[in-house]
Amino acid sequence: MTEMPILSFVIWLPIVGGLLVLADSQRENSNPRPLALAFAMVTFLVSLLLYSGFDTTTAEMQFQEKGSWISAFNVYYHLGVDGISVPLIILTTFTTVLVVLAGWEVIKNKPAQYLAAFLIMEGLMNGVFAALDAVLFYVFWEGMLIPMFLIIGIWGGPQRVYATIKFFLYTFLGSVFMLVALIYMYTQSGSFAILDFHVLKLGLTEQILIFLAFLLAFAVKVPMWPVHTWLPDAHVEAPTGGSVVLAAIMLKIGGYGFLRFSLPITPDASSHLDWLIILMSLVAVVYIGFVALVQQDMKKLIAYSSIAHMGFVTLGFFLVFTLMENNGSTAGAQMGIEGGMVQMVSHGFISAALFLCVGVLYDRMHSRQIADYGGVVNTMPVFGGLMVFFAMANSGLPGTSGFVGEFLVVLASFKANVWFAFLAATTLILGAAYSLWLVKRVVFGDIGNHNVAKLQDINNRELVILGSLAFVVLLFGIWPAPLVEVMQASIENLVAHVAISKL
Amino acid sequence: MENVYLTIVLAPLIGAILAGLFPRQLGRSGAHWVAILGVGTSFVLSLVVFKHIVIDGAPAFNGPVYTWMVSEGVNMQIGFLVDKLTTLMIMVVSFVSLMVHIYTIGYMADDEENWPKTSLAGRHSYQRFFAYIALFTFSMLMLVMSNNFLQLFFGWEAVGLVSYLLIGFWSTRPTAIFANLKAFLVNRVGDFGFLLGIAAILMVFGTLDYAEVFALAPSKASETIEIFDGTPWWAMSVICILLFIGAMGKSAQVPLHVWLPDSMEGPTPISALIHAATMVTAGIFMVARMSPLFELSETALSFVMVIGAITALFMGFLGLVQNDIKRVVAYSTLSQLGYMTVALGASAYAAGIFHLMTHAFFKALLFLAAGSVIIAMHHDQDMRNMGGLRKYMPITWITALIGSLALIGTPFFSGFYSKDTIIEAVRHSHLAGSGFAYVAVLLGVFVTALYSFRMYFMVFHGKPRMDEHTRSHLRESPWVVTVPLILLAIPSVFSGYLIDPVVFGNYFEGVIPVLPRHDVLAEIAAHYHGPVSFVVHALAGPAVYLAAAGVAVAWYVYMVNPGIADQAAKRFAPVYKLLTNKYYADDFNQKVFAGGARGTGWTLWKLGDVLLIDGLLVNGSARLVGWVSSVVRRIQTGYLYTYAFGMIIGLLLLLSWFLWLSPAG
Repeated sequence: MTEMPILSFVIWLPIVGGLLVLADSQRENSNPRPLALAFAMVTFLVSLLLYSGFDTTTAEMQFQEKGSWISAFNVYYHLGVDGISVPLIILTTFTTVLVVLAGWEVIKNKPAQYLAAFLIMEGLMNGVFAALDAVLFYVFWEGMLIPMFLIIGIWGGPQRVYATIKFFLYTFLGSVFMLVALIYMYTQSGSFAILDFHVLKLGLTEQILIFLAFLLAFAVKVPMWPVHTWLPDAHVEAPTGGSVVLAAIMLKIGGYGFLRFSLPITPDASSHLDWLIILMSLVAVVYIGFVALVQQDMKKLIAYSSIAHMGFVTLGFFLVFTLMENNGSTAGAQMGIEGGMVQMVSHGFISAALFLCVGVLYDRMHSRQIADYGGVVNTMPVFGGLMVFFAMANSGLPGTSGFVGEFLVVLASFKANVWFAFLAATTLILGAAYSLWLVKRVVFGDIGNHNVAKLQDINNRELVILGSLAFVVLLFGIWPAPLVEVMQASIENLVAHVAISKL
Repeated sequence: MENVYLTIVLAPLIGAILAGLFPRQLGRSGAHWVAILGVGTSFVLSLVVFKHIVIDGAPAFNGPVYTWMVSEGVNMQIGFLVDKLTTLMIMVVSFVSLMVHIYTIGYMADDEENWPKTSLAGRHSYQRFFAYIALFTFSMLMLVMSNNFLQLFFGWEAVGLVSYLLIGFWSTRPTAIFANLKAFLVNRVGDFGFLLGIAAILMVFGTLDYAEVFALAPSKASETIEIFDGTPWWAMSVICILLFIGAMGKSAQVPLHVWLPDSMEGPTPISALIHAATMVTAGIFMVARMSPLFELSETALSFVMVIGAITALFMGFLGLVQNDIKRVVAYSTLSQLGYMTVALGASAYAAGIFHLMTHAFFKALLFLAAGSVIIAMHHDQDMRNMGGLRKYMPITWITALIGSLALIGTPFFSGFYSKDTIIEAVRHSHLAGSGFAYVAVLLGVFVTALYSFRMYFMVFHGKPRMDEHTRSHLRESPWVVTVPLILLAIPSVFSGYLIDPVVFGNYFEGVIPVLPRHDVLAEIAAHYHGPVSFVVHALAGPAVYLAAAGVAVAWYVYMVNPGIADQAAKRFAPVYKLLTNKYYADDFNQKVFAGGARGTGWTLWKLGDVLLIDGLLVNGSARLVGWVSSVVRRIQTGYLYTYAFGMIIGLLLLLSWFLWLSPAG
């Protein structure tokens, strides 16, 4: 079993599947949906082998595959995963199944191309999480933008051109600096292996420049305040599936980057500039929390809430230095990073669910404006119940996965600085305020207008999608141990690595 | 016994899940049976636990159920601590909840009428209601049986969630969905403090387990936290005040009390559940549970006492001017919660818990009696339309009288024993603020008697003021309603005699530790010689007379000379206005917090995101690129001579740089 190249499977299987779906669509009367679903399902099942075969006792890279690619530059096709990437890969494969299902009847315009784009994107995103070679990573990183660009540009809303250009330029601007940093490190080390970068000696100035280059790339992806304004536009214009993948996975790639690149490669620069990240994170939690409150477009509201929730991720990741400074030890740092990781996975589920909820409504009413709704629960009781549940999860209710990450990060940040915790904990109030006010205006109340009166409750397909998300949200809320155990050894190792200066 | 403990919490949960997920298959009676069976099982088993722990004297149980997660060696578990305090709480919670469940069969029988015909949410609302109240019971049981702060927070928030669902149960009513959002958000403000308190505990103690924290507490008494640079604060005071902020939310203490009167928007059974047995008692319970921590901070105790005293007196005043029968009872709850809190602040934890228990009985009774009246009045809740109901509803009348007598602290009724102990405890307390608290709780006695009997006289005595149609349909409620009333009336009278073991006996010995210098109950116990002599002793103090005076004034104003109330309202118009507007607390919150938050959000969005970041930076740089390229484009003329000219200029510049400026030259 261990000989099976699982990582190559989870990368190439969906890409091949996507190409097959495209090829098959040339046939007359072809139905791309079952084929796409089959590939998504098989990929998901294969990715579960990563979990079942994962050795939680070691921080070593597992399931490694290595082959020469461009030997002149020491570039390898090198894959491998640790506890940080495995949950994210499974999140990706799981989400893709839901996205394929979500587009089942809804996408009438070029369904094969739509599904193929998602499958190919799935493979590329898995590649980002599994790549251990910087060039390979960069290829996947940039490649993944293309399907997303197409998804928003072709199946998006009326302002899609503005949104796609903004999205593309923002993210591209960030990533070119990263490329420069990667090439610089190659010139220093003669290798493109990410793990070699981890142990590469770098001076403080070099580190700071590299750190800033990475910061630009990752901060745009996360997105962190103030480089977040592409996200609401992209979400509003993207079709439901695009929003789901964007929120559930693409944002996580920024967070992943901080853990895989910034912290281990430039620990001293991180230590010098951690205040900047923490400041941006806390601004995201508080400032964006207020902004989310006044949104009138449901998707914008959830997009802003995503930014606020991702603030917890970056806050948790960068607590380590304040902790060392104030308490003389890294105690608490691991909890902070674990919290950030759990938050990433959980936010993947919850934001996906909320965007799917909006999608369900949009498919019926063709409006995302909160004001156009009211009393939806009267005509869609099952849907109403689910939406209330996800809104509660979004406001971090204990018993849902949304609580776990926020809880850990607040606990850890209190240790670092009381005020960090104080500001972060305002999400308890703000998150509840914008989530539940949304619910109050959309779900509750008497039937708002005759369009709402004609709504049909969700069908079985939609119930399966939202129900399975509700299941995992509840499962990891009641029992997060299986999720945390996977990442523990890797995070412990990371904290130990970061605590040692490279200077 | 582990299985018994597990069953106690899981039985209502299973009932809730079944009733909630299979309303169609179970039908109405199926749903109420599974819920009642679940809660009934909890109640019966809580009696088994009582026998085991209290009568047989078995040691307290403290053990894990499962490991939630482990992070950095901090073991976060779900587990139970079952000692005498827990035993008392689960008995009260499951008993009151069971009564409410039975009562609900009658109260919600015609719930379809409360929904618009077109609403599908109204379908199976009966089943859903049972699912919610069973879930409520589950949450509260998890909260009181917890052995660690994580699970405490779980129960804490779960109670908040279910109260949100229940207050907004009639989700088509704008007032209901306003009230439930408000309740949740105000509670979240409390939880904000509570969560920070838990974080502080983890920082100071390195564990979230009660037993470990309590064992370490004395050694951490002198530890400090620096919140502002250079000013160290006592860690224990910070922790206790933060935790108490959580209690202020759940137990509705000023200024986080505003959600509770509005929670009346939910169906009456949940008012009884929220106000008597679950939710609001969570904060009181929590502080009593945390006594090993609170004992170490006199600052926190004083804070608790003063907040409680303010709530006890000033919320009582508001009860005087309400005309909605449920709101009168609601304000009386606020005021009584204030009493419990004062007791906690005076280190008389046992008295606080004892009042929690007696109050659970008579307050549930009063609420359910009010509900019974409301059923008879066809859901008219205005007391000005009632009067003379004692002739039509004798059981409701007698039980409501018993509840009111217990509430105002009539000697030999349960409320007398609990409330008088609190008053005595405050008198003996030496903490800062105890003088104010003593005056407040004494005056509160008069106010309590006044509003309670104002309600009693307006509803049950005098001339019937309802319209002819309503009057012709007035009748006593069905047995599912009256039986719980009778069953609650019994402990409302007799549970006071438990004062012997619970307050002055050794019931809480080793369960709620109190430092000797704070132990006011021990001082009172020195003069205590049984329940009867307690009454005799009380006759020497002012409280009993104040209560009698309150009743007398109510009788004079509302029975003998009804015009006097209106005259007083006119005479003291500013005060009356202040009271009817609830001290303007709601308006203040609405304007400053709700409005302020929206304004802030709007400003940050339009100014920060749209104007500065997008307008200036993002689109600005796009425009800049456009402008630069439009300038540069002019150079690209396409004429050979322009390029040749450019080359010559460039060559000249380079040459001159080499000749004169380069360092080599």
